[in-house]
Amino acid sequence: MSVLLELNGITKKFPGVLANYRVDLTLNQGEILALLGENGAGKTTLMNVLYGLYSPDEGEIFVRGSKVDIHSPHDAIDIGIGMVHQHFMLIPVFTVTENVMLGDESLKAGVFLDRASVSARISEISEQFGLKVDPNALIEDLSVGEQQRVEIIKVLYREADILIFDEPTAVLTPQEVVELFKVIHSLVDQGKSLIFITHKLNEVMDIADNIVVLHNGRVAGTTTPGETNPKILANMMVGRDVLLVVDKEPAQPQEVILKVENLRVLDDRKLVSVDELSLKVRAGEILGVAGVQGNGQTELVEALTGLRKIESGKVNMMGEDTSNGSPRSIREIGSAHVPEDRQQDGLVLSFSVADNLVLNTYYEPPFARGISFKEDEVAIAATERVKLFDIRTPSITVPVSNLSGGNQQKVIVAREFSRPIKLLIASQPTRGLDVGSIEYIHNQIIKKRDDGCAILLISPELDEILALSDRIAVMYEGKILDILSAEEVTREQLGLLMAGVEEKVVV
Amino acid sequence: MNEEKDSNQTKAPSQNQKDERNLLQRIFVRRGAFNALVIPLLSIFTALLIGGLIIAFSNLEVLAAWSNFFQAPLEAVKLTLASMWGAYTSLFEGAFGIPKDIIEAFRIWLETGETRALREAFRSFSESLVITTPYIFAGLAVALGFRGGLFNIGVEGQLFVGGLASAYVGYSITGLPWIIHLPLTVLAGILAGAFWGAIPGILKAKTGAHEVINTIMMNYIAFRLTDYLLTGPMARPDNLPITPEVAPSAYLPALFDKPMRIHWGFFVALGVAWLVYWFLWKTTTGLEIRMVGANPKAARYAGISITVIIVLTMSLSGALGGMTGVNQVLGVDHRLVRAFSTGYGFDSIALALLGNSHPLGVVLASLLFGFMRGGAARMQSVAGVPVEIIRIMQGLVIIFVAAPEIIRSLYRLKKPKEEEGPTVPDVSMV
Repeated sequence: MSVLLELNGITKKFPGVLANYRVDLTLNQGEILALLGENGAGKTTLMNVLYGLYSPDEGEIFVRGSKVDIHSPHDAIDIGIGMVHQHFMLIPVFTVTENVMLGDESLKAGVFLDRASVSARISEISEQFGLKVDPNALIEDLSVGEQQRVEIIKVLYREADILIFDEPTAVLTPQEVVELFKVIHSLVDQGKSLIFITHKLNEVMDIADNIVVLHNGRVAGTTTPGETNPKILANMMVGRDVLLVVDKEPAQPQEVILKVENLRVLDDRKLVSVDELSLKVRAGEILGVAGVQGNGQTELVEALTGLRKIESGKVNMMGEDTSNGSPRSIREIGSAHVPEDRQQDGLVLSFSVADNLVLNTYYEPPFARGISFKEDEVAIAATERVKLFDIRTPSITVPVSNLSGGNQQKVIVAREFSRPIKLLIASQPTRGLDVGSIEYIHNQIIKKRDDGCAILLISPELDEILALSDRIAVMYEGKILDILSAEEVTREQLGLLMAGVEEKVVV
Repeated sequence: MNEEKDSNQTKAPSQNQKDERNLLQRIFVRRGAFNALVIPLLSIFTALLIGGLIIAFSNLEVLAAWSNFFQAPLEAVKLTLASMWGAYTSLFEGAFGIPKDIIEAFRIWLETGETRALREAFRSFSESLVITTPYIFAGLAVALGFRGGLFNIGVEGQLFVGGLASAYVGYSITGLPWIIHLPLTVLAGILAGAFWGAIPGILKAKTGAHEVINTIMMNYIAFRLTDYLLTGPMARPDNLPITPEVAPSAYLPALFDKPMRIHWGFFVALGVAWLVYWFLWKTTTGLEIRMVGANPKAARYAGISITVIIVLTMSLSGALGGMTGVNQVLGVDHRLVRAFSTGYGFDSIALALLGNSHPLGVVLASLLFGFMRGGAARMQSVAGVPVEIIRIMQGLVIIFVAAPEIIRSLYRLKKPKEEEGPTVPDVSMV
């Protein structure tokens, strides 16, 4: 087999982040190379470098033995590299043919679109690779699987030899995955070469010829399915970082505060994203929910906090039924919510620090009397909280957008923790923060636990889950696969569960 | 412990002294002095400059002088400047009055006690304020909507139904003392406007139908409704398309004798502007409206019902729109004629934009537009410059305010560090 593509020492830095560090990768003619890694491991950055969306800070790319400079997707396409995006780049109201020819239109008499010839070419490609799709159908009428086929046809129409699939199975049903794998095999049989990005171990074992595992932007290992197993891969994927250490005493769990029974929730596309999920959280303990992002965690939190409708099942907090309650009523019985996306949900960026500190309590005394908003009282409380939670801000009147991410998160924490709460639902409470802020917020969460608060912590960061949780639930495709004691579980077991490999853990 | 990356930019920790958050700070500190003041002022300046060039170069004498530029270059420049100067001095005199006449009027008043000349001299000033008043109401209507994230294009229609309702209550009920009749008449107009605004609000809240489309449609309905009522049920007995005259007990009283037409509506408008400010920034409901406008997702998270706030915001915006019509009917015309609005509802969008959706900004913008309009007639009669040039200048101001990049690059200004949250709702959904 001849070497088709070679990446040599690719390094890509972003401010404060080393996304890729001296990554080497070799793709042979006619093989499937799996690029495996957790979210944030640098897979997508690496592929964006290859596709010309980013230029690397260091390193070289060779195609068929000669060095190439790829400055734009256009260059990549010219070299024969095509990308099948995870999020489809299709125009819903255009037909398949129109979408395929978009950006590369063939013309009749110089001005008219030559749909017929493109359509014929699409049929040819369909035939050749087993990609069944009607060239004249509108995209919006197609299923997700069919739309993905159109994406693949787009790449093949531009005569790509190297196809990059960015987490292609993330959006597909199991049946569609089977179909996709058939297509992938037929592509390889006819001489195409593939890079397959995923974090799902089973798929890698099924389909790959070679495997490259990325961790923290570096190559953690190169192997083949023949010489490895999911367990070893999981190990490589999650790495062996030094754990974030948080001082904490053993938990003293008390009565059940949050009880979720057979919860079913739909996502925005009306697909089941939380599937008959049940869990309990007791006062004085932290239940960590681990899992790769997009396995229903967001929808679970939204359903618990009243932001998303519950299809079926029950949520009970402090002995009260809060299923489909309003966000306000759920908050008023003593729950707090640190939202996943602080800038989208947790803050009004153009509002002052003071106003954001009372964002959901502004209507209660002492901040309001009748309809009158008591700015003086707000200012007093805000000044106090800024001090207590060490929020670094020039004043309480500046817009919260002027603060750093860590201080913005502290504003949310200050707001939610300043109330007498019995339940805390914290979703990715330290996302994107520096180590100092992470440590601070972790300590605050532990403090709340020790005060007898029940805490549901949702995070895709294994380190965070392991550092804080007393028990760990692993969420996969809307279900909780297992709930484990944090003291006895290993990262490898969690990694396997997060990748959907169900294996009874022998403790 | 762990020094954060940002600690240098925020050296001063929490300030302990109580924060004084007065009006000016609200605007100039919180919204950033840069965006709030510099851009509008430079926009106005630039528009006056360009307007001046248009005035000069639409003057045939100036053009003739420029064709002779190489024979008499100074002459061309001199004529150009003279033409601009002439136009703008007459605009100023038209807007504020002629200084010489005012001094003379004071002299007569002091000597004889006769106020007639004084009233004549201040008539221009009064007229400018008469034009300013509906601008304030209408501008506030749009600004309130903007703050709540809603684009109320329907002020013109709300103004018509508000005018119709107040005219009807004003002429059909007679014999009441003014203390009852006037508030009743005003209330009728406000409620009509609120109702007209609430309809697109409900449609938006319940079905997601975009308020821009629906307020425009409500405008057409209001116009045709007015046509129908003025030619039928509400027409004057002699069948002219005018309503009967409103009873004097429902007048917004004039402040002075004729020919000065300025009436209490102007001070009501200032009071309402203060009220809108107080409501938006000093009440919890106002906070809710601003929260929905600035970040609806966070508002939902904070437990606010977005649908309720949308309907409320549109109703209040409509009420202010209705008040614009009330002001014209009860303060100026004392009846409703089809042409009683010269497009105040549409100009108001520009005013809210220029005023940064802040009540004080709206008042200032309204004064600017009111006085420009007020002076335009004299500019036409004295300097021979068509009044439409004022429209062009107003258009330019709005373009510059809406696209501050033009002004920034023109005057080599740096972009402010932090862009503020939107004061204009995103209409990309349309």
